Amino acid sequence: MIEIRLHGRGGQGAVTSAELLAIAAINKGKYAQAFPSFGPERRGAPVTAFLRIDDDPIRTRAEIYNPDVVLVLDPSILRLVNVAAGIKEDGVIVANSKYSGSELQNELKIGNGFASVNATKIAMEELGLPITNTTMIGALLKTRQFVTVDDMVDPFNDRFGRIAEKNLKTLKRAYEETNFAERNDSA
Amino acid sequence: MTKRVGVEVSIAAAEAVGMADVDVVSAYPITPQTHIVEHLSEMVADGHLDAEFIPVESEHSAMSVACGSSATGARTFTCTSSQGLAVMNEVVFLAASLRLPIVMALANRSLSGPLSIWNDHSDVMSIRDCGAIQIFTENGQDVFDHMIYAFKVAENPKVSLPFIVNLDGFLLTHVIEPIEYWDKEWVKQFLPELEPVNRLHPDKAITMGALGMPNIFTEAKRAHEQALLDAKSVVLDTWKEMGDITGRYYHPVEEYKTEGAETLFLTLGSFGEIASLTVDELQEQGESVGLLKLRLWRPFPQEELLEAVKGAKQVIVIDRAVTFGGVGGPVAAEIRSALYHMEESPVITNYICGLAGRDVTRKDFAKMYEMSKSRENDSVKQSEYVFYGVRE
Repeated sequence: MIEIRLHGRGGQGAVTSAELLAIAAINKGKYAQAFPSFGPERRGAPVTAFLRIDDDPIRTRAEIYNPDVVLVLDPSILRLVNVAAGIKEDGVIVANSKYSGSELQNELKIGNGFASVNATKIAMEELGLPITNTTMIGALLKTRQFVTVDDMVDPFNDRFGRIAEKNLKTLKRAYEETNFAERNDSA
Repeated sequence: MTKRVGVEVSIAAAEAVGMADVDVVSAYPITPQTHIVEHLSEMVADGHLDAEFIPVESEHSAMSVACGSSATGARTFTCTSSQGLAVMNEVVFLAASLRLPIVMALANRSLSGPLSIWNDHSDVMSIRDCGAIQIFTENGQDVFDHMIYAFKVAENPKVSLPFIVNLDGFLLTHVIEPIEYWDKEWVKQFLPELEPVNRLHPDKAITMGALGMPNIFTEAKRAHEQALLDAKSVVLDTWKEMGDITGRYYHPVEEYKTEGAETLFLTLGSFGEIASLTVDELQEQGESVGLLKLRLWRPFPQEELLEAVKGAKQVIVIDRAVTFGGVGGPVAAEIRSALYHMEESPVITNYICGLAGRDVTRKDFAKMYEMSKSRENDSVKQSEYVFYGVRE
């Protein structure tokens, strides 16, 4: 089972990212589960969402305490929330940041594999909005291929309709621009 | 063709109600039930569902409208949570007493205070004695199946009672997961048109909800009690009938790896799946432990429970509500009472946990098992109960 924890701010689409990835995995015949950290939804406040993907039915409904992947949709979250909390030793963090993965490893003193992409810039240029959900899906899929970019086409079409194409382009650009730093125990 | 869909459980629940071709939906939105109502409202507004959606100003009105519409013979659905149920309370009892086959989804959430929007079972326990059929569901598929099933049982002329489908707020309502949507032909085959036992109609005037004088009130209650008890055979037969179509068979007390187990967990709702993981782990370590999942809450499945616990030395009952000043949680009190006359009744150990959405993981179930094991042979009184994980 792959367990992914998503950190963002209300309105950026962390929950939507988790949902779209779950639907893509389910459409492939896998089992998946996506849910928000339950509570009042407030635009701008830090939010968490959870995603599990497995080949077998998923029975737990508890929150994710030991993630394989942590996806961070907002750069400011990196200094606000301990995003590495409970992460597995071979777990990776995928963050929206203008800094590279290795710079973030050193600055945040996190040894885990670290991917980054300037998702806010890409989202502003491609969509005209600082909503980084589809952008960060691209960065995530570059790092861990549990579904493919093509698998996202149907869920995007269903969710975004006429702006699906734009979002797909955004995803692909982020996929290309994502950099990755391997685990670095001296960080 | 059935369709496997990745969908939020609330949306799937609403789609199932739509497939049941409901005539009237009357509801007031409240977290965490909101998405069910919103989606039904959209389905009606978009013309996908030919039904009356009646937005009301409170849950009291929601159930009052449901009573009116059901009394005229319309297939009727409502849903609520927590404080909404509290507002609706008096009319829930009336709906059952009037023998109206209304289907209600109850997205379980704690009753305030302190104010909380999260999941536990304090809301449903407040209407335990309303006289409706009440079941708990474990996952999204379970919810989907039972939204259609509930109409068939409720509307059976032998039953004609409200049917309440409990689904854990957030833990089920807000989760995207794979759910198999029924084939339309399945619904046609399974769910007949509603033929109400009685209906309000200008051409044939009848009175519903008349005053019950002392000389008839006891008889009315006795008849209601009998109707609910008699509903059990319909509940069982209809599960069989549904299973023959879907391949998924449900039981009043679901048993998981209980063969020869000395200790049994007993859970309600979505905690069953999490507890089953702990049972797997403990069995691998050589522990003699299994799991019972109480699905049918009213009418209470006494015979099935007795059969299921036979041979067990201990039952660990997980309660998700408090009976203030009582003897343990509401489920444990009931189980203890149900097993009292057994020749060798098991020790009942009771944990109250998962209140207002506090996460209970498989490690927590393992810890409760450990705590219970060490108490097995000591002088712990059977009436003792523990607030698990509370910070004193």
